[in-house]
Amino acid sequence: MNIIIGILSGIAASMGLGGGFILLIYLSVFTEITQNVAQGINILFFLPIAFISVIIHLKNKLIDIRTVIRYSLAGLIGAVAGSFLSAYLDTGILRKLFGAFLIIIGLKEFFGSKIKKKPQEN
Amino acid sequence: MYFHSFPSHNKTGDIMKNKMSFIFGLLCGFLNGLFGSGGGTVAVPCLEKSGLEVKKAHASSVLLIFVLSIFTAIIYFLNGNLDLGLAMDYIPYGIVGAVIGSLTLKKISSDILKKIFAIIIIISGVRILL
Repeated sequence: MNIIIGILSGIAASMGLGGGFILLIYLSVFTEITQNVAQGINILFFLPIAFISVIIHLKNKLIDIRTVIRYSLAGLIGAVAGSFLSAYLDTGILRKLFGAFLIIIGLKEFFGSKIKKKPQEN
Repeated sequence: MYFHSFPSHNKTGDIMKNKMSFIFGLLCGFLNGLFGSGGGTVAVPCLEKSGLEVKKAHASSVLLIFVLSIFTAIIYFLNGNLDLGLAMDYIPYGIVGAVIGSLTLKKISSDILKKIFAIIIIISGVRILL
């Protein structure tokens, strides 16, 4: 099971398909690990995978570094705030929030692709 | 594609754009920190709105989330929520998946894949809440 989940998560994460979710969902739903620790595992899991993906994507010229930098500063402020909040929230509440977040994201992803079909108008 | 941002836009447009990237960058980092995942779901559509084509947006989001995740990991570590031993149960297989995924991103149509993930995510969300 670890093998299947690991490979699936790796594929999805490297494609930027919300794959960070797969492992975390598995850990939250099917194991006894608490939400905080599960999220920590997910983050650790993502780091080497992202590193390898980034190298391959850079080679394929699929990464626009300037745009990434533009989002990074605000992103870092958010990351620090979110990470601290996560540590201070009760793990049960964090779990419920995560469940609600998943439903919202799932619905958005499912119905969202229509929006992209609009012709680009830049 | 990159040139769109500067000559054609007026100043207010640029300020609006910067404001939007700040707010969405903030949100992306916040969610990723709060849940240890999920920043990409905000990052990908934002990067697309910045003018990146779909595949570039996906690939670039991985780099953005990678940078944010390093900081998140440090804070999780300080709060005692990192367990490398447990993570190692999955990391080697994840790396295999990452290589497969990165090499195929250039080729595949991700629409069906996206729908499948969406369904998995919704079902899981309901299960967690119930």
